[in-house]
Amino acid sequence: MNWNRKHLLDIESLSAEELLIVMDTARAFKAVGERAIKKVPALRGKTVVNLFVEPSTRTRISFELSEQRLSADIINFTAEASSLKKGETLKDTARNLEALNADFIVMRHPAAGAPHFLARVLNASVINAGDGAHEHPTQALLDAFTIREKKGKIAGLNVTILGDILYSRVARSDVWALTKLGARVTLCGPATLVPRVFEQMGCRVTHNMDEAIGEADIINLLRIQHERQRKTMFPSLGEYASLYGLNRSRLACAKPDALIMHPGPINRGVEIDSEVADCARSLILQQVTNGLAVRMAVLFLVNGGKGPQEVAA
Amino acid sequence: MAEPILNASAIERALARIAHEIAEGNEVPGQVALVGIQRGGVPLAHRLGSLLAGIWTQPVLTGSLDVSMHRDDLDRRAAPNVQPTVIPFDVTGKTVVLVDDVLFSGRTVRAAMDALNDFGRPRRIQLAVLIDRGHRELPIKADFIGKQLSTAANESVQVRLSESGGTDEVVVEKPPD
Repeated sequence: MNWNRKHLLDIESLSAEELLIVMDTARAFKAVGERAIKKVPALRGKTVVNLFVEPSTRTRISFELSEQRLSADIINFTAEASSLKKGETLKDTARNLEALNADFIVMRHPAAGAPHFLARVLNASVINAGDGAHEHPTQALLDAFTIREKKGKIAGLNVTILGDILYSRVARSDVWALTKLGARVTLCGPATLVPRVFEQMGCRVTHNMDEAIGEADIINLLRIQHERQRKTMFPSLGEYASLYGLNRSRLACAKPDALIMHPGPINRGVEIDSEVADCARSLILQQVTNGLAVRMAVLFLVNGGKGPQEVAA
Repeated sequence: MAEPILNASAIERALARIAHEIAEGNEVPGQVALVGIQRGGVPLAHRLGSLLAGIWTQPVLTGSLDVSMHRDDLDRRAAPNVQPTVIPFDVTGKTVVLVDDVLFSGRTVRAAMDALNDFGRPRRIQLAVLIDRGHRELPIKADFIGKQLSTAANESVQVRLSESGGTDEVVVEKPPD
């Protein structure tokens, strides 16, 4: 099977087979990143616009470096320094970018569904780099890639996602990706941030930390998204840390080979203690490295998804 | 079902001859490496590697190269499934013999030379193919050829090897009417 999508908008609409194509392609791009010359000409002559309407550092620089390693030309566009501040609509901004002959638009936006909208009105390929609390597909792909790389498989693993689920696009994308690939996903955190409604996505919901991590093969921690919470969802960060923060004594209750992940940025002393974040079982920095490979793979695949679909000999 | 152009023993003879030609043209055995182009060239590179190791009585460096990221038609087709590139030696200063099953337009070989240059600067790059079927679109020719075939551009040449199941054979498939 070949990839034949022009856009990457969400994980929900992808099949398990398509997720595996991205992960297999990413493995080849990871090898490129380990060579003396880390650049390939796959997107030579193509223009990528990084349209970040919401602040982002790590996702933006990860996309930017991925694009450079594929030899694309890059335009960076952030909300603070743009005409969006002057009242231009998203559609007009995007049309203007397309008039510059942009081939790809990588977009982060505070509104859920914004990339889907762009994909309908533009000819360029659109890649969702996070839309509101909806999805963050490349994060889920790099998480799945990292889990498979470390555990050798995904099907049958117990993955616990811990923390601010309600406001997290990472959690939603992770749940879609990991359940499609056969993992058993448990969500845990304060009841205000982890409502039972998530059980409809095919995962288990608990508010008891020890129960959540006892059988886990992977513990994926999420940051408390202060910027997205409209009101206080729990009494204090100190209380959150004592009930749901991952520290050494709590980790001692987990399986000895359970691995720790976090999409970053981490808040030391809140959802994760420093000694846990920096221990050998933490995959946090490997996730960053794998993010490059996965984003290169996504750009490479959607580029092919634009052309006629017959495959030459 | 078309009759094979080459059967198993003809393929074996062609590879033995290529191995001897490579040995003749390269008198310093340790300086030669065989790199198979994914996918069809990889098993052939391994077979040539064992044949050459027999002639030289010493192991021969072999690797595999995927050229997908260096193709010139990436936005005209569905993205190819990228196969592993494994070159576990330094190519700089060596004679690298690229190995492929069929030489056609020459575009794959062009991409392979570009991809190989990312790994270092070989002293010399040579090309070995089991079948040269003509219809070149680039100024590229093979140094070692198993068999030359006159084909129509719309025919398809299939090299089937036992490594991927079945028996060794080369067949030319006519386009459907």
